[in-house]
Amino acid sequence: MSRAGADEKPAISPLHDPRWRSAVYQVLLCAVIVFLVYSAVDNAAQNLQRARIASGFDFWHRTAGFDISQTLIDYSTVSTYGRAFWVGLLNTLLVAGLGIIIATIIGFIVGIARLSKNALVSRLAGGYVEVIRNLPLLLQLLFWYNAVLKALPELSDSLVLPGGAFLNNRGLFLPQPVAGAGFSVVPLMFVIGLAGALLFRVWAKRRQERTGLQAPILLATFLLVIGLPLAAFLLSGVPIEFGYPEKGRFNIRGGIEILPEFMALLFGLSIYTAAFIAEVVRAGILAVSHGQTEAAYSLGLRPGQTLRRVVIPQAMRVIVPPLTNQYLNLTKNSSLAVAIGYPDLVQIFAGTVLNQTGQAVEVIAITMAVYLTISLVTSLLMNWYNARIALVER
Amino acid sequence: MAAHTPSGTSYVRAQAVAPLPPPLVESGAIGWLRTALFSGPLNIVLTILSGALIVLIVPPLLNFLIFDATWSGADREACLARPDRPVVGACWAFIRERLGYFIYGFYPIAERWRVDAFFVLLTIGIIWLLAPTARRRTLGAIYFFVVMPVLACVLLLGWPAIGLPEVSTTQWGGMLVTVVVSGVGIVFSLPIGIVLALGRRSRMPLVKLFSVIFIEFVRGVPLVTVLFMASVMLPLFVPEQWSPDKLLRALVGVALFASAYMAEVVRAGLQAIPRGQYEGAMAVGLSYWRMMGLIILPQALRVTIPNIVNSYIALFKDTTLVFIVGIFDFLRTIEAARVDPKWATPVTSTTGYAFAAIVYFICCYLMSRYARDMEARLTTTHRR
Amino acid sequence: MDQPTSPPRLRPAKLKTDVAIDIIGMHKWFGDFHVLRDINLRVMGGERIVICGPSGSGKSTMIRCINRLEEHQRGRILIDGMELTGDLRRIDEIRREVGMVFQHFNLFPHLTVLENLTLAPIWVRKMPKKDADDIAMHFLRRVKIPEQAHKYPGQLSGGQQQRVAIARALCMNPKIMLFDEPTSALDPEMVKEVLETMVQLAEDGMTMLVVTHEMGFARQVANRVVFMDEGQIVEVNTPEEFFAHPQHERTKLFLSQILQ
Repeated sequence: MSRAGADEKPAISPLHDPRWRSAVYQVLLCAVIVFLVYSAVDNAAQNLQRARIASGFDFWHRTAGFDISQTLIDYSTVSTYGRAFWVGLLNTLLVAGLGIIIATIIGFIVGIARLSKNALVSRLAGGYVEVIRNLPLLLQLLFWYNAVLKALPELSDSLVLPGGAFLNNRGLFLPQPVAGAGFSVVPLMFVIGLAGALLFRVWAKRRQERTGLQAPILLATFLLVIGLPLAAFLLSGVPIEFGYPEKGRFNIRGGIEILPEFMALLFGLSIYTAAFIAEVVRAGILAVSHGQTEAAYSLGLRPGQTLRRVVIPQAMRVIVPPLTNQYLNLTKNSSLAVAIGYPDLVQIFAGTVLNQTGQAVEVIAITMAVYLTISLVTSLLMNWYNARIALVER
Repeated sequence: MAAHTPSGTSYVRAQAVAPLPPPLVESGAIGWLRTALFSGPLNIVLTILSGALIVLIVPPLLNFLIFDATWSGADREACLARPDRPVVGACWAFIRERLGYFIYGFYPIAERWRVDAFFVLLTIGIIWLLAPTARRRTLGAIYFFVVMPVLACVLLLGWPAIGLPEVSTTQWGGMLVTVVVSGVGIVFSLPIGIVLALGRRSRMPLVKLFSVIFIEFVRGVPLVTVLFMASVMLPLFVPEQWSPDKLLRALVGVALFASAYMAEVVRAGLQAIPRGQYEGAMAVGLSYWRMMGLIILPQALRVTIPNIVNSYIALFKDTTLVFIVGIFDFLRTIEAARVDPKWATPVTSTTGYAFAAIVYFICCYLMSRYARDMEARLTTTHRR
Repeated sequence: MDQPTSPPRLRPAKLKTDVAIDIIGMHKWFGDFHVLRDINLRVMGGERIVICGPSGSGKSTMIRCINRLEEHQRGRILIDGMELTGDLRRIDEIRREVGMVFQHFNLFPHLTVLENLTLAPIWVRKMPKKDADDIAMHFLRRVKIPEQAHKYPGQLSGGQQQRVAIARALCMNPKIMLFDEPTSALDPEMVKEVLETMVQLAEDGMTMLVVTHEMGFARQVANRVVFMDEGQIVEVNTPEEFFAHPQHERTKLFLSQILQ
């Protein structure tokens, strides 16, 4: 640019000015989207009117009038649709929460087993991952439900399990523990034990920093948290009674009933997700280079110490983000409940409620909003966590 | 020791040591067994436990699938336990009889050659695009993403003017639907996914915003709800006379869902391209679209092929969910056939699921093997 | 500012015997591949040995056998009179006495420099944190980077990282130090600072085995140079003789290639 024109910029025709262009593109994009949304809303309004379907969220307070086979909170046919929503949501969270715990346990075992030096163990784990990952989840759910649980004997020929439980094609019936007099001392001892364990940890850490002496933290924690309540439980004369299920001619009374739908979904989700978690765990451990272990060994650290102080802290950084992703996948996949009739959010709300009210837009929007909220909250937490643990690099 | 004078200040080896075979316990089958299976008490326990697990699983599985199986028969009688055959394995006779249904659904028997022709066209396209030695991939891409879909539409839906009677999509079913749904998913999700990925990396705030909202929204909800949305809300959003048929609704749902995931796969590929490539392209004066089309995307998609195949595997498995909105895909046809009274036996369900499992496993396993080989190939060419 | 804060000298821990390392007729195989063949080497206390040879000649494998990062299959290795066997307690004991520095530093990226240094003293030597910190700072001053104590390894240059790695090994107060190509992953301008640290260590009387191609270092500090080829020790000599009058054909060829 010549010195004379240093202050004034040469004129650019709007056609070739990148800022103009991008503004035009963006306005066009907005226009298209506004048009699409407008026509969709317009069509929907017309179509709804023609079909005489109400809109709005009034239905939330109307009586649902249908029954639900598994409810964690009080619910009956006279409850509202809103109540049915909460029942569904809680059922979803129940199966997802338990599924996450089981899948994590299996996944970590299988993932570590895949890295075992024992050829048989590693191949067995590899086979599990390979088979489970390559079969659709829905197929696995149908298999568990129809070919395994529904193929169990009829009520009259129920399998009697040790401890007074029954298993048949209507579900698993377990004795229900009922707290007797004096049971309250057990949770109290648990809380005391937990507090004691925390105090012990702090004390042990301080003492170790001061004197270098190490304390058996793991053992002490175990004794305080598990042992103390257990001792209290035994000493106070086992204050617990069981409400045993009783088999009648047509049904089973009492006890805890676990639906076959629930069991199938829980098995299916846990086993399927565990295969993916196993891969995550394996990748995380492999991501810690062999040099790290060697450096720790050459400093004289034992294999256990190396694992705890060097390998695991690094592997967890790699494992946690994709692991959370798998947790989200499991939660989203729990919506497959609808295929085997487990009353989760989708089955109750996007299924029955939608059919009864016909208010597709509202019902689907609410259902999606729930999953979206879970996903977004989790990813926000994950971003925060990632930023916190990121390795500092130059 | 004197011969080597190890502690002396000077030493020269007079004669080279020829390589020796390793001690017997370290080599060959015995060495392998020792180190891999029996190298310590814990290892021996693990070996025994896994051995027990294998014995528990494999022989019953083989017995069911092969040795006790029924291979031929006309109806359920063949697969029932009789006094002379108390243990009955898989009822393959059932699969044999219903195989046509599992592949074509209710597609008219006289027109089934059209489905076969479609499968052939599809196979050509896949080989053209994915075979490592294939030539003229661009042409292959045009074939796969433009020519083949059009031909497939004509073939499958029919065009009475050229002598192909119409076949309603309600008659489609089985493997055909599974392939069509996943195929449409991939054919549409790749271009849409590329656009969304570019949008997400765009410097235009609104473009970026819309892309991010779409991608995160779709990835945040389960496919089941997307399919529900497509099947109950889509008809509301268009004028009544355009109301799409059931299959088309599901296709829209699957395509949107797959696009969001594909966008993230492509974005990862774009991020793997070094800045220098962008700068080089801009330095020779290419416009944005030329730069993307000629320099960046070809490289990004190349390194992304394994991930694209992997997300296709996920999509292929996910197509089973169209089951829930009442479409007869492969799994649904099995589900329908297994309760058919003609074949109802205690082993029919398990047989049906076993067959489905074998088919899905073979398809998915082959694809994931391909993705892995491709990945290995890519890393080696990159290293060179 | 050098004189008053001049790094304190280290007196290496005393060996129990005169012979620091004794390797007798040692063989090692990787699968069917015979990597180390009939290795015999006796290292006296306070001796500095430089090991060189073409890549793949087994130099690294040999020193990795000394602290059992690799297992040898035949022959004997004695460290300060203790024989290296499969006994895990023995291996722990030996690893505590033998420090090792790696080509790629292998610092723990999730710990600060100070935590890298104190990890083993705290958990292996069971030292109070305060003492471990003091020792760590002492050695950081010795390798001339005390100001980096609270940074993470990822924030340091390669040369600084390698000096931290040396300090980390020294914190365990080892009797013997092994160096596995400590400078070959470094940029040329950083090689000097690491070599200087090693020279200083040699001057303090540390028993050292160094796998390196830095021939200047070999001339300056080595008592003996060991030349390896195809898994065998081919020639051993004082640096003067080794460089001036190589005996074996292989040695001559190697030196002519490396000293262009």
